[in-house]
Amino acid sequence: MSGDRDTVGSAGTVGSAGARGQDGSWVLRRVRPLGGEAVDVLLTDGIIGAWRPAGSTTPDSEGLPPGTTILDTDGLILLPGLVDLHTHLREPGREDAETVESGTRAAALGGYTTVYAMANTTPVADTAGVVEQVWRLGLDAGHCDVRPVGAVTVGLAGQRLAELGAMADSAAGVRVFSDDGHCVSDALLMRRALEYVKAFDGVVAQHAEEPRLTAGAQMNEGEVAARLGLPGWPAVAEEAIIARDALLAGHVGSRLHICHVSTAGSVDIIRWAKAKGWQVTAEVTPHHLLLTDDLVSSFDPVYKVNPPLRTARDVAALREGLADGTIDCVATDHAPHALEDKETEWAAARPGMLGLETALSVVMETMVVGGHLDWAGVAERMALAPARIGGLPCTEGGPGSSIAVGAPATVTLLDPSPRRVVDADALASRSRNTPYAGRSLPGTVRATFLRGRPTVLDGKVV
Amino acid sequence: MKRHLLSTEDLGRDDALLVLDTAERMARVAEASVRKLPTLRGRTVVNLFFEDSTRTRTSFEVAAKRLSADVINFSARGSSVSKGESLKDTAQTLEAMGADAVVCRHSASGAPHRLATWVRGSVVNAGDGTHEHPTQALLDAFTMRRRLGRVDGLAVTIVGDVLHSRVARSNVWLLTTLGASVTVVAPPTLLPLGVSSWPVEVSYDLDAVLPKSDVVMMLRVQRERMSAAFFPTEREYSRRYGLDVDRAARLADHALVMHPGPMVRGMEISSQVADSARSTVVEQVANGVSVRMAVLYLLLGGSGETT
Repeated sequence: MSGDRDTVGSAGTVGSAGARGQDGSWVLRRVRPLGGEAVDVLLTDGIIGAWRPAGSTTPDSEGLPPGTTILDTDGLILLPGLVDLHTHLREPGREDAETVESGTRAAALGGYTTVYAMANTTPVADTAGVVEQVWRLGLDAGHCDVRPVGAVTVGLAGQRLAELGAMADSAAGVRVFSDDGHCVSDALLMRRALEYVKAFDGVVAQHAEEPRLTAGAQMNEGEVAARLGLPGWPAVAEEAIIARDALLAGHVGSRLHICHVSTAGSVDIIRWAKAKGWQVTAEVTPHHLLLTDDLVSSFDPVYKVNPPLRTARDVAALREGLADGTIDCVATDHAPHALEDKETEWAAARPGMLGLETALSVVMETMVVGGHLDWAGVAERMALAPARIGGLPCTEGGPGSSIAVGAPATVTLLDPSPRRVVDADALASRSRNTPYAGRSLPGTVRATFLRGRPTVLDGKVV
Repeated sequence: MKRHLLSTEDLGRDDALLVLDTAERMARVAEASVRKLPTLRGRTVVNLFFEDSTRTRTSFEVAAKRLSADVINFSARGSSVSKGESLKDTAQTLEAMGADAVVCRHSASGAPHRLATWVRGSVVNAGDGTHEHPTQALLDAFTMRRRLGRVDGLAVTIVGDVLHSRVARSNVWLLTTLGASVTVVAPPTLLPLGVSSWPVEVSYDLDAVLPKSDVVMMLRVQRERMSAAFFPTEREYSRRYGLDVDRAARLADHALVMHPGPMVRGMEISSQVADSARSTVVEQVANGVSVRMAVLYLLLGGSGETT
C-alpha cells in the first residue's frame, strides 16, 4: 500500500488500504453495482468518475487523482443512495423523540441520502418559515439531504389549504404535500389540493383513513381484534379513500401519492387506477411487508402503528404489489416516540415505529431473499422511484439516479452476507421504538456517500 | 396455576377446574360460623381500580379479607393517575409497597398484561376494557355447575353487546374449554367482525335459540350505544333482544337466566325475569366471592400461614 499517502481517515474494514486525500476521491474495489459483476468504481469530484476492471486498481494505478483512498469493498453491493419519501424527524417540537440531526444520522446509517420530513411537527410545517427551518437544520447536520414535506391544510386541521405555493417557492423547494397522520378526508378540499399543486408539479401524499370509520380504532379489525377486545381499524377505511382519491386524481389529471399502503384491497385498487392511466403512485412500509397483527396479542405498544399491522394475506399482497410495481416504492414512516409515549397501556400509546436503520434489511429479508426483487429492483423501489415521485431536482444523474459514470457519487454500500440481531440501544435514533429488537435481519450498510462525500464509513457515521 | 390470571383464553382445562373445585371449598367457608381462613395472613392484596366498580372491588376485598390478607384499595380514578401519573409509575409504587397480588381493573384492553411485566407480584385481571374479565367467567361457570351439576355439555346462549363485552369474551373461552357449546346472539352491529373465528355459534334470532338453551346469559347494553348507531332505539333493541316474560316462557324448565350485573332492567332483561326463580343474579354475586377467594389462594400459593 502506498507509503506516500496519508492514512488519516482510513476506512477500517471497509477500507483496508489506501488513504484519503483532500479532494476526497475514492475507489470502491471489487464492488458489485446492483449486485452484478464486481468492478472497481472511482468516485471523484462528487461524481462517479470511472468503472475499472475488478481488482485492477492499486495505489499505483494511473489516472487516480492524488490522495485517492482505495476501499476494499469486495463483495459489497453498490446501490444508488436511498430516498425515503416518509420520515418523521420530530423537529421542531418533539426534540426529545428525534431531531433532524439524530434522524438524519439514522438515515445515513440506513443507507439513505435523502429523506422527506413529514409536516406533523410542532409547529406544523404549513408555512415557508417552518419548511425552511427544517431544510436548514438538514443542511447543518449534513448527514443526508432533507426535503421537507409541506402540510396540505393549515395546522393539519383539514379545514383550509395551507400556502402551498409559498412552500414550493421557498428555499426548501417543497414538492410533496401531506397531512400525514391525518387524512384529507374532505373530498372537495382534496380535489382542490390535487389541482392546485399542478402549478408547481407538486404531489399530494394522502394518509388514507376515513376518520368516521376509524374513530377510537386501535388495531386492524379482524380476528385478532375480536379476541383482544381492541376497537378495529377496518381495511375499508383505507381502501375507500384510495378509491375516491384515485377517481379524483383521474378526474382532474393530477398526481396522487398514497402513503403507507397496508391492505390487499388497496393494492387491487391502485392496480386498477394505474391501469386507467391515472398518475397514482404508492408506497409501502418495511413493517407492513414483514409484521402481522397477531403481534398485538402481547399488548406491547411497540407494535402499535397507523395504519395498523394487518394480516398475513395483506403482507403477501403487499409484497406482490411491490414486486410487480403496483406499489412504486418503500418508505419507512420512521416514527420515533419517547419511551413514555410507548411504555403505557395500548390505548394510551402513540402509534409509530422506527424504520430508517432497518429498512434495507427488512426489504432484503422480505423481497430479495424470497426472490421477489433483485438488487436492481431494490434500487428502483428504494431510490429511483421515490426520487421521481418526490420530484428531486436533476433526477437525471441526481440523488436516486442509477450508478452510471457521470452520475453523482450518491451511493450506498451494503454487505449482504451477515445477519445481525437488532439492538434497540445501538440505534442512532433518539428513540427506541423499533419492532425488530431481538430479531435477526440480513444485510448491513457499510458505507454511504452523498455527492462523493462519505456520510457513513465502516458502518459508522463519518 | 400460572403466576397471573390475565385471561381465560390461555387458561387450561385443568387449571380452570382447579379454580372451580377450590371455589367449592371456599364456598363452604362462607357457610361456616367463622367465615375466615388464616391462609393469606401477612400477604398484601392491592385492589387497583382505574374504573369505578364497587361490585367487583368489594367482591375481591371480601375474598381477600376472608383469607386474612391485608387489603389496600387503590382507587386510581381521581388520584394521581388523572394528573398524568402513568400506569408504570403506579406499578412501581405498588411494587415498592410490596404488593403480593394486584387486582387490576382498567378501561384499556391489555392494561393488566402491561402491569404484569412491571411487577413481581401476581396480577389478577378484574376486567380490562373490552377484552376479558376472567373471574366473572369463572364465577359464571361455578354458578352453572352448582345449579345444573356440570358445565360440560351445556348449551349456553350469550345475548347482547358481545362486541364491547369482556364478560362475553371470557365466557366464550372458558365455557368452551370446559366443554359447553356456546351461542352468541346479538344484532350484527354488536358482534365483532372476527367472531367467525370464535368456537361459537352465531345467531341473530333470540327466539329460535332460547328453547335449546340450558343457560341464557344476558349482557348489559349501554344506552350510549344508540348514539353510535349500533341500534335504532332502546325499545327496538328490547323488542328484538330483551328477555321479557314472554320470551322467558320459551325456555326449558331447568334453564337458568344469568346476568353479570349491573342490569339495565327493562332494556335487556325485564324485572320479572331478573327476579324469577330461574335467575341466578344474586347467587352470582355470592359465588363471586368464593371464586375470587380460590383465585387469590391459588395464585399466592396459599402458604402465607406457614411463612
